[in-house]
Amino acid sequence: MERASPAALRSGGLPHLRRGRLAASVALFGLAAAVAMALALLLDFDVGRGSRLRLTHLGDLLDPTTTLFQFRLPRVLGGALVGAALAAAGGAFQAALRNPLAEPYALGVSSGASLAAFIAIELGVDQTLLGQSGVGLAALAGAAATVFVVWRLARVGSELPPATLLLAGITIALFCSAASMLVQYMAGFGETQRMMRWLMGGLDGLLFPALGRAAPAVAIGLVVLLGLARDLNALSAGGDAAASVGVAPARATALAFATASLLVGAAIALAGPIGFVGLLVPHATRALVGPDHRVLMPCAMLGGAALLVLCDTVSRVALAPSELPVGVVTALLGGPFFLYLLLREKTRGRLWGG
Amino acid sequence: MASAMELTCLPVVVVTRRDVSAAAAPLGAGPRRLAARAAWIAPYGSSVYGRPVIELRQVGFRYGPAAPSVLDGVELVVGGGELVCLVGPNGAGKSTLLRLCGGLIAPTSGSVRVLDCDPARVPRRALARRLSYTPQGYRLAFPYLVSEVVLMGRYAHHRASPFALERDADLAAAAEAMERCDVLQLAGRRFDELSGGEQRRVLLAQAFCQGAELLLLDEPTASLDPAHSLALFAALAAERDRRGATALVVTHDLNLAARTADRLILLGGGRIAADGPPVEVLRSPATAAAFAVAMHVGTLPGSGAPFAVPG
Repeated sequence: MERASPAALRSGGLPHLRRGRLAASVALFGLAAAVAMALALLLDFDVGRGSRLRLTHLGDLLDPTTTLFQFRLPRVLGGALVGAALAAAGGAFQAALRNPLAEPYALGVSSGASLAAFIAIELGVDQTLLGQSGVGLAALAGAAATVFVVWRLARVGSELPPATLLLAGITIALFCSAASMLVQYMAGFGETQRMMRWLMGGLDGLLFPALGRAAPAVAIGLVVLLGLARDLNALSAGGDAAASVGVAPARATALAFATASLLVGAAIALAGPIGFVGLLVPHATRALVGPDHRVLMPCAMLGGAALLVLCDTVSRVALAPSELPVGVVTALLGGPFFLYLLLREKTRGRLWGG
Repeated sequence: MASAMELTCLPVVVVTRRDVSAAAAPLGAGPRRLAARAAWIAPYGSSVYGRPVIELRQVGFRYGPAAPSVLDGVELVVGGGELVCLVGPNGAGKSTLLRLCGGLIAPTSGSVRVLDCDPARVPRRALARRLSYTPQGYRLAFPYLVSEVVLMGRYAHHRASPFALERDADLAAAAEAMERCDVLQLAGRRFDELSGGEQRRVLLAQAFCQGAELLLLDEPTASLDPAHSLALFAALAAERDRRGATALVVTHDLNLAARTADRLILLGGGRIAADGPPVEVLRSPATAAAFAVAMHVGTLPGSGAPFAVPG
């Protein structure tokens, strides 16, 4: 950081979020998301001739009868939506809980969703409810129920103490995991296989009808979290400090939680519990653009979209013609990258939340 | 340091009486709601001295139905433009009293009126333009820059749109406040990398740039060196003299409090044990009793400033 003279600082030279930097950051992250989506649509492999990588015919994109339009396009769009939702929810949870370790699943949402999904698979309701989305619907209901229970457990009057909330979340998560294991233990071989596969998450099989149902809710959630950006800044200093600068802490926290939980529920319903995106993307984005949520949130959303679409493409082409579960790819790519970030910050003496 | 703390003239912010009768006029839903919200906004100008800014009547507080009572039957009136220090032993209820005044908690019994409203019930955003509260412990979860922390004090002055960015007026107010608190040169540093004393000064700058007429500060001198402690109280006195700002400051620095404050309030066992001019409060047997230690009180030969030495 260069030393600015006091005179320069006084005349508008104070470090702050400038409109130009905000626009440039969002544009760069948008470009990354666009490139990732273009790659995902373009890259293909030729099964007939030794599974060589080839480019798709882009003209197919405009033809609703092609595989590219019917299967690839919703998969890519869904990946972008799920990635954005998970990253945004992660960012909101980290600020509202004032804990850099918080992630979308910290409150037991994924465990609750998994338990519900497992029960749905075991009971075989997956084909009977609204076509293929039966398990997804069960997962959404499980996520909502978990959030509600954790909320009621942690609430003290109108306040929501972060530590109590995290503890309640972890307890419920452990309980749901144990119950899931019980369901899995009692299930037949085929069901167990499908449960494991669901747990890994995946964007394959995502079609336009399911996407169309989830997209409006996710879009609303993203806009709400964008609008909360300034409140999230204030909240990261604690409830009392936030109240002092004019943010009602109880209301802002409740809104952030409810919205982030809705986003996570929708993401799980669409693609299963995909790990690491919600933890990794907010941190990586913060390291790049700074902690101000007014620039962090939009960039994290676009970055999450880019990362998940990219990981999905890798999962599709890495072992072609067979596919890897995308959750495995996000964890395998995300883990080392996150460690790199952690080590880099550590050597500079700057651990998060210091 | 002296130059950093010198008085600079800013336009005095005067909140005038809102037309409350507009609330009854047959307006559209939007304006009527706004008028209803405006009704609580000060009927007094912010620079008027002597009007009660804080009025506590028989205030009692406990943190839970089964918890022991923290405050009990507290009666307190603080006038506009007073620099009041709140002293007392650990656990006397000083911070609780401050949080009650800031509307962060509501009293269990009795009534709290601050700036002619119930601070626990009014919209925080509107309240933040008139009242600032600086907590004792301030820990940021993320590595914000010093200037970003100070500029948070301007959030309530932004346009209502949640997407609003800082305007030139916000930057000017922040730079001016930072200069007065001697932290302008720290503007580009990370807040969490500063020393405890530097952090306290940054938080004071945040409170100043908020432009509030009532400043509530919880142990602002806790980790300040003597020069900056002195400067902090001088800056508070300057705010009082310049804009008629009222300050309620929790502190353990009896000497500094006695030297600068207009009035000292001693809290002991959840009650106000003594209240009045600093020297009188220091000399009163209630002080020694509250702290459970003998106090030797004297005045400095040159300036006549009072001091208290325990033991």
